[in-house]
Amino acid sequence: MLKVAEKKAVLSGVHFMSGDIACAEGAIAAGCRFFAGYPITPATEIAEHIASRMPKVGGIYIQMEDEIASIAAVIGASYAGLKAMTATSGPGFSLMQENIGLAVMTEAPCVIVDVMRGGPSTGQPTLPGQQDVMQVKWGSHGDYEIIALAPSSAQEMFNLTIEAFNLAERYRVPTFIITDEAVAHTWEKVVIPPLEEIKVVNRKKPDMPPSKYMPFMPDDDLVPPMACFGEGYRFHATGLAHDEYGYPRTQDSEVQTRLVRRLCDKIRKNADKIVRVEKAFLDDAEVLVVAYGIVARAALGAVKKARDQGIKAGLLRLITLWPFPEKHVVEAAANAKAIIVPEMNCGQMVREVERVAKTTPVYPVPKLGGAPHTPLEIFEALRRHS
Amino acid sequence: MAKIVEHPFAKYLRAAMMPHIWCSGCGNGIILNAFIHALDELQIDLNKLVVVSGIGCIGRAAGYINVDSFHTTHGRPIAFATGVKLAKPELEVVVISGDGDLFSIGGNHFIHAARRNIGIKVICANNFNYGMTGGQAGPTTPLEALTTTTPYGNIEHPFNLVHLAAAAGATYVARWTTLHVRMLTMSIKKLLQRRGFSFIEVVSPCPEIYGRRNKMQSGLEMMEWFRKASVTASFSDTAKAEITPEKIVVGEFVDIEKPTYEQLLYTKIAQIMNVQK
Repeated sequence: MLKVAEKKAVLSGVHFMSGDIACAEGAIAAGCRFFAGYPITPATEIAEHIASRMPKVGGIYIQMEDEIASIAAVIGASYAGLKAMTATSGPGFSLMQENIGLAVMTEAPCVIVDVMRGGPSTGQPTLPGQQDVMQVKWGSHGDYEIIALAPSSAQEMFNLTIEAFNLAERYRVPTFIITDEAVAHTWEKVVIPPLEEIKVVNRKKPDMPPSKYMPFMPDDDLVPPMACFGEGYRFHATGLAHDEYGYPRTQDSEVQTRLVRRLCDKIRKNADKIVRVEKAFLDDAEVLVVAYGIVARAALGAVKKARDQGIKAGLLRLITLWPFPEKHVVEAAANAKAIIVPEMNCGQMVREVERVAKTTPVYPVPKLGGAPHTPLEIFEALRRHS
Repeated sequence: MAKIVEHPFAKYLRAAMMPHIWCSGCGNGIILNAFIHALDELQIDLNKLVVVSGIGCIGRAAGYINVDSFHTTHGRPIAFATGVKLAKPELEVVVISGDGDLFSIGGNHFIHAARRNIGIKVICANNFNYGMTGGQAGPTTPLEALTTTTPYGNIEHPFNLVHLAAAAGATYVARWTTLHVRMLTMSIKKLLQRRGFSFIEVVSPCPEIYGRRNKMQSGLEMMEWFRKASVTASFSDTAKAEITPEKIVVGEFVDIEKPTYEQLLYTKIAQIMNVQK
């Protein structure tokens, strides 16, 4: 790996950037030095920007033959010790799902960006959608937990991409930026802070000699320290159910139970530390909007308009989609008489909200067609249920 | 009491992973043995070697060899190895996998890695079928061969793997059978010393799953076929390097040098960083 002053990796200052470019800059600032991807609208600008910027900081960009290869190479680079990322959109994201499971099973820290467009299939390549929010959680086979963050602006594409790397490294889990075409392609002001204000987390390394190292023996926080290839630990990793040595134990129900439970628990039990939401006008809110991504921006406008008209409306914006911010929804729902969930899909996250809101009525405001909700559309829903 | 002496090659294997899962008569053990002999003869630094495998019987080899190793998803070892090699080009990255894994589901990764000339080394155990899944037809199954999914005889033309590798741009290409143990070991040594994308096909017996459906009941009978049919024709036209019941063309077919992807990549990065200074 070529070394470079990290200063070049952080373009501190005020910029005018698209969400995609801000995401690429966030990755480089977070220490990402490996990107493998395959062109797809509307995520392509992330790859293009990284192709131009990465060599300047001694990092690697490679355009692979497809998305399956891209995520496989990312996992390989992660195991070789680099912070690694790929970026895609729905169709490519679907192709990656099997190897996302491999990253979960082998606890490979990595960041995967899914810039959502309308689906199913090739769908609407140049228009936004929010139709992959269930795929990001449930797309691969088997039981597992991941972390997914949903930026609403170019600024957040920068900030949350750094956060995604930090969480991926902290918990040894594939971490997702799940956004949409509108956030990715909107050009906005982005403030990149000074180098010293950017907090970067690196994976926990083993402190025992190789002879004592068990690659999948967790510490108390349920996360195992991670040796990488070429460091002399000479360990084995496999997508098969494995014991703490990394050896396949596919017939041993106890070993499989212990492993899969830990893979889920390391996220579930740390959910309070991971989950982030934004609250607006929630203190006395009687009618609540739960939204994320670009839709949350229209929702804030709608809530303000409702307040102007005397409706006690509030907004709970989900920044972490997974793990689902259950406690925050429960808390906000406690005093609300209605919750509305506008989404650019036929109703996906609304089910999660319903699941935890229990007695509070939840109303979906689905929207298809490839355009985000207008503030007025959300305001109308607020008014109807206030 | 007899003194217990550790086998001189014990350091190359993970004792905890034994016994291995391979059937009697299987050629995978011969391939593993040849690989370990090559490592030993070259005194390869085991801390700098990464073995990657895909899914299938030979896919377990990665776990048996006592180095940094990774058992990937089906068909993806080359793509995974590409990430490893680019991230740490100083590592020797070897992919050991089967014909179904590398050339059916993984065919695209193989040709593109060869095209880019990424310096990873691929050893393919070709047993003409999907052994671990119970003997279905694969991309190398000969015409008219009987498998569980070609009960009336295979009608798909098989890949000629050495021809494919050469055409895609591999810088070292060889084929041996598990009968050619010395030649195979020599070839693996060469493979480990080449810089570019290198490929060895090892025609390997699968008596339990493939042989017994095709008039070769035992490993010995399959080896007998290799002995009778093998013809060494090194550096001959790979298009003519066929595998038929009568003739298995073996040898080294390509041995050239050209810049590797990682060389070009790191040179380019150094240039760009220099311009910046």
